[in-house]
Amino acid sequence: MFDNLKIFFHQGKQFIPDVRTAKAPGVFRGRPVISTEKVDEQAFADLCPSGAIGTAPVSIDLGKCLFCGECERCFPQKVHFTDDTHLATNVRERLIIREGEDKPIEIDKDAIRPEIRKIFRHSLKLRQVSAGGDGSCEAELNATGNVQFDLGRYGIEFAASPRHADGVLVTGPISANMAKALELTYEACPEPRIIVLDGTDAISGGMYAGSSDLDRSFLDNHQVDLYIPGNPAHPLTVINGVLDLTRKK
Amino acid sequence: MDNNILHINNGGCVKVADIPVLAYDSFRTLTIELMGDKARHCASYFAYPCGDGLRLMMCIADDNAHDILVFACDVEKGAKLESAAKDILALERYEREIHENWGLEFEGHPWYKPVRNFFPDKYEFFKMEGEELHEVGVGPVHAGVIEPGHFRFICNGEDVLHLEIQLGWQHRGTERLMLEKKRLIERVLLAEGVAGDTAVSHSTAFAGVWESLCGYTPDKSVLWARTLAAELERMANHTGDLGAICGDVAYQLGAAVYGRLRTPIVNFSQRWCGNRLGKGNVRPAYAPYAFTEELRQQLLSDLAAYERDFLEMCDKVQHFPSVLSRLERTGVVSKEQAESIGAVGMAAKCAGVSRDIRASHPYGLYAGLVEPVVKTTGDVLARTELRIDEVKQSLRIVRALLEDMPEFDGKMQSAGTPKADSFAISLTEGWRGEICHCAVTDAEGELAAYKIKDPSFHNWMALALAVRGNEISDFPICNKSFNLSYCGHDL
Repeated sequence: MFDNLKIFFHQGKQFIPDVRTAKAPGVFRGRPVISTEKVDEQAFADLCPSGAIGTAPVSIDLGKCLFCGECERCFPQKVHFTDDTHLATNVRERLIIREGEDKPIEIDKDAIRPEIRKIFRHSLKLRQVSAGGDGSCEAELNATGNVQFDLGRYGIEFAASPRHADGVLVTGPISANMAKALELTYEACPEPRIIVLDGTDAISGGMYAGSSDLDRSFLDNHQVDLYIPGNPAHPLTVINGVLDLTRKK
Repeated sequence: MDNNILHINNGGCVKVADIPVLAYDSFRTLTIELMGDKARHCASYFAYPCGDGLRLMMCIADDNAHDILVFACDVEKGAKLESAAKDILALERYEREIHENWGLEFEGHPWYKPVRNFFPDKYEFFKMEGEELHEVGVGPVHAGVIEPGHFRFICNGEDVLHLEIQLGWQHRGTERLMLEKKRLIERVLLAEGVAGDTAVSHSTAFAGVWESLCGYTPDKSVLWARTLAAELERMANHTGDLGAICGDVAYQLGAAVYGRLRTPIVNFSQRWCGNRLGKGNVRPAYAPYAFTEELRQQLLSDLAAYERDFLEMCDKVQHFPSVLSRLERTGVVSKEQAESIGAVGMAAKCAGVSRDIRASHPYGLYAGLVEPVVKTTGDVLARTELRIDEVKQSLRIVRALLEDMPEFDGKMQSAGTPKADSFAISLTEGWRGEICHCAVTDAEGELAAYKIKDPSFHNWMALALAVRGNEISDFPICNKSFNLSYCGHDL
């Protein structure tokens, strides 16, 4: 009993007081800023392992970017990844960063389905489905629940059963073997329900895009409410993304 | 016999033509004979297309001789072969995998169940008849935030008689993509994604294969960085697992403290390479992120704070009767079982089998640095204490490395191009256990085959055996104590 209290006391204050403004420590490869400097655009685009770089104008699609930093290493004058962890949005096009742009990625309020902020603004339970995920997004989602990030303080939690959930959060590129289980899990959530894609693999397939072992038809048939890029998505990216979607600032 | 075996070292590269090719009968007999020695285990066994047929490649690691025994066998497509797994159980999953990927038949195989190509609607699970028995199906979607797998229990009341584990849900074609994607950066990212929580050790194994195919020797700073990153990865995952084990026995303080102690380690990884899980930190031929004196000071102070709280928490957990009573004698894997299924890493070391690539086949800067931690009871408590001891060991290794920090030039380097008609093998000890990557190149120096083996490939069987005779309510704690990788198995 006293040992436990002593340990408890020794932890000090661990929680991050304001997750909304907290910074990731040290280097973090977050939202990139692309300069207007002229480079060999094709050579620049060809560097990208996942085809995230577009040309004319030069752009990086965070829905495809695996944040490996290869482009910044080879063209430091052209691109710089800032430590901005706020990467999530509800409109797919907003994940595309063009050269010369340096503005935060934001939610499009008008594109949010009206019931989301009405019903989920104080409480949101999500059923996570890993569909070909590599375990890293799952590890970071578990970290959102630790005493530092403490996602639960906002009334947002991961539910054990889809019956208790307000939607699904998908990690991984959606393997063919998981396609049916994902559909069934989604169908088991009571309406209204939302779909969140966590991590670049979920948003575009990442390195596995086009693999014959995937079946991404789930995304053709349902509307996605939130895209959270990352490899894996940082807990701050996840928490702020879900908060931005469900409640006013 | 020795003419039939090629001995190579971990990280070695040989001409394919130098690998002895045997007739299947001698191949099988030799395998069984070699595997009879308990100091040897199968590091990889795979098939790849060769000419009009298929070539079987056997790689057996010898812990005493510190080398790897390699030999091959050419067979026709669709050939019917006598199973070696009926004599050596540790080969059973390899044979099922070869059957599934290439259509070879292994006659007499003990249980021909699917490895990854699994059709839930058609598959018949193992059944036991009896009025007292009932089945419990769990998954693929589990209650927690974890990856998918299906567990089918056959229980008598609360007691588990049999557990069948069906995986394959995560299969995304990693090995095939390794061949299809031709650029090095693509392949590195595929290696990092084999198991995202083991990104450093898998990408180190890939880098080892690639550099040896290219005949490139990385300098000491590169090996130093990989060794340090791997030990940080081990500490972070072991710490997180200890928290999860506490959580599963409802010891909230332990869950909270270990959960938060993982953070300084992964945050340090981010300070160093910009990613909390070490993705991006390992690239063939060079160390992309220089380790500076400032980082050294930061890590030393992070570790000092971590160690104090970690040791205090461990001391409590290891002496707390209500926690211990849930861990002791739960989920036991015996030494005989671990040896027969070819268990590696934690699952083996906890059952008294000293199997650690860092000691037996050292790579990076590990030579002489690691004496494997071995436990003998094989239960959940052993797997808990092993993690605690390995974290302490990693602290010592990291501090020793920090005493001898090399200079980093941070320059991008290329390993060159792979040699033609070559075979390379690289083993690393991830936090779960032995990782093996093998590659074969063709006449143009392009990859003709790439084989990945995550430790979970061996160790899922250990979990299935561990829960027998336990209450089904102890399954979560058993599962967590192994914390095996689904994606690493499914590829």
